[in-house]
Amino acid sequence: MNLRIKKNFVTKMLLGLSTIAFLSGCVNDQSDKTYDDAVDIPTNQEMVAELTSPPFVPTPVGKRMAKKLIVDLEIQEREGEMVGGVKYVYWTFGGTVPGSFIRTRVGDELEFHLKNHPDNKLPHNIDLHAVNGPGGGAESSFVAPGHEKVFSFKVLNPGLYVYHCATAPVGMHIANGMYGLILVEPEGGLEPVDREYYVMQGEFYTEGGYGDRGMQAFDMQKAINENPDYVVFNGHVGALTGDNAMTAKVGETVRLFVGNGGPSLISSFHVIGEIFDKVHVEGGDLLNHNVQTTLIPASGSAIVEFKVDTPGSFILVDHSMFRAFNKGALAMLNVEGEENKKVFTGEIHDGIYLPEGSVIQSMPSLDRKKAKEEVKALSFEEKMKFGKDKYMATCVACHQGNGQGIAGAFPPLAKSDYLNADVDRAIDIVLHGKTGEITVNGEKYNSVMTAQALSDEEVSNVLTYVYNSWGNSKKEVTPQMVEAVRNR
Amino acid sequence: MVTVKGGVYLPLYGAADQLIDVDSFMMDVLPVTNTDYLKFVQENPKWKKSNVKALFADKSYLAKWTDDTSFTGLPDAPVNNVSWFAAKKYCECQGKRLPTMDEWEFAAMANEDVQDARKIKSYNQYILNWYEAPRTYNKSVGSTFKNYWGIYDLHGLVWEWTQDFNSVLISGESRKDQDKDSNLFCGSAAIGASDLMNYAAFMRYAFRGSMKARYSSQNLGFRCAKDIEKLDVGQKDL
Repeated sequence: MNLRIKKNFVTKMLLGLSTIAFLSGCVNDQSDKTYDDAVDIPTNQEMVAELTSPPFVPTPVGKRMAKKLIVDLEIQEREGEMVGGVKYVYWTFGGTVPGSFIRTRVGDELEFHLKNHPDNKLPHNIDLHAVNGPGGGAESSFVAPGHEKVFSFKVLNPGLYVYHCATAPVGMHIANGMYGLILVEPEGGLEPVDREYYVMQGEFYTEGGYGDRGMQAFDMQKAINENPDYVVFNGHVGALTGDNAMTAKVGETVRLFVGNGGPSLISSFHVIGEIFDKVHVEGGDLLNHNVQTTLIPASGSAIVEFKVDTPGSFILVDHSMFRAFNKGALAMLNVEGEENKKVFTGEIHDGIYLPEGSVIQSMPSLDRKKAKEEVKALSFEEKMKFGKDKYMATCVACHQGNGQGIAGAFPPLAKSDYLNADVDRAIDIVLHGKTGEITVNGEKYNSVMTAQALSDEEVSNVLTYVYNSWGNSKKEVTPQMVEAVRNR
Repeated sequence: MVTVKGGVYLPLYGAADQLIDVDSFMMDVLPVTNTDYLKFVQENPKWKKSNVKALFADKSYLAKWTDDTSFTGLPDAPVNNVSWFAAKKYCECQGKRLPTMDEWEFAAMANEDVQDARKIKSYNQYILNWYEAPRTYNKSVGSTFKNYWGIYDLHGLVWEWTQDFNSVLISGESRKDQDKDSNLFCGSAAIGASDLMNYAAFMRYAFRGSMKARYSSQNLGFRCAKDIEKLDVGQKDL
């Protein structure tokens, strides 16, 4: 305020400089004055907060002064897709899981408008971990369907905070997707980086198992047992893979705002092929450097930063590994640019190594009891659709979205001579796994595929999809063919 | 109406030894429908959408009605977007009253076969599934199961007003653990509960706690109840 008075004084003296004074209004928005207690930071002007859906984050606060920030958040109970063919009713802050990202700076005064859509069945509220006050706002924001509650608070502590619904039964509200992140930047803002993304883990407990088709209800008992069917980033399987992958260019610094909504699991957050240059441990001030895997508590966060040195696909996982490969906890960062052989050479030698006792690994079979409840594909189109869903749920992690595989590790399924040469062999590999060297399209591969716990129907769907995609030989695989191979 | 034979039950809130006595009472078999309610506002114009006093009903009163006498949705779907005042008046005009929360909870413990099904997993899962299913308000009354008492739709279509709907949770206070009536959020919710597994009831109490008597809601309807004694007096009318 003092600054403004001085400038006005100058403009009085020089009439012709009024435009410059106007321009300096922007400069006036920045201040070097520091306060011992964040409570004393004055706010000037009012601003409507920019809210973004994941994986995007709002514009950094930069050097702006503290403001009164209007946050307008609508609660929606809405149906969404967990993975191909699996529907789930999500409860959301702003229509997405995780909820809209809120970006503030220390000293901002937030006027929070929480709206509960009239079609919603339940009352909700919000507990923001960035709030100093009873219930983190839960009490003041308890809002009936078709109503709006307004409350306000001043953000005092910098850091990355979780917000969540805290209406009974709290665990269920969180398990259905009611969580998100609010960032409180320090005075002057976080150091600028090239890319910023918003990633939040959460787990889901459904009546059916992973990939069971149709509308899946929340399963209270599984939630109490802390035994989820899905562990995902950003609300559903594949939210950040394939076409939805995050992107960056070689040489850029990437900052991830990572949260864990829970409700119960702790995340061992890891990016395959990258080392975190910097981690704001638990989203607070403590900086750690050169971290491989950072632990994110349920309803906690971390800010991780790393410079990407080489091109390629970098996979984000919860390194509790079965969550990544069997429950969906995978996300992808695609980095484009020039290779840097000084940093990574790629493969330079491939020898034979066969230790004793290596056996084909197998997945637990489901006793083939699934048949009784299985939805059967009635037409070729349906078969392709179910097959694609199963592919996206099961095979995509290794063989990739367009069957291209990963050079040197996972053989391609697209235009694959090995695949097209022998259907029964393909069925056998899906059923029983495969280990040892094979040659596909002239390239040698020597790795392990596990046996898949799929029903005859599912194998026939997924292989039909594979054979009728990406330039393959358009064979149709029937459940009878699968059964024949299984029984031989 | 059918008779619900009274008894003793343990509500979600209260110490384990605080059993509640519920006297025998009569309850409507079905929730009040759009058609029923239209008749009511025609007979009682004060409760038409354009006439209703703001003190008794907020702006969402009959929100989906296109005018004073035209509802949207099925004629035999439960009426919704009705305030507590309006529901209370409706029942009084029928010589009835709203059920108390204990009466409602007592009657709604029943599944098809038994009086108290609260420990049965499928019963709880049914209710939870309903709470999660969108847009159930526009279904015909009587389309869910008939319970032990012969009453339909206590779970499955809409929430229902009760006479003392906000007596458990009034303010929505969060983590005070002194006042057991007002600790329905987060950890303290678990401290006050007598049956940790009864998630379905948690949600009902939470919903009621979020309402005020002048509020109305898309997913909230009502039905009426009556004392047994009064029924005997009014027997000739039936």
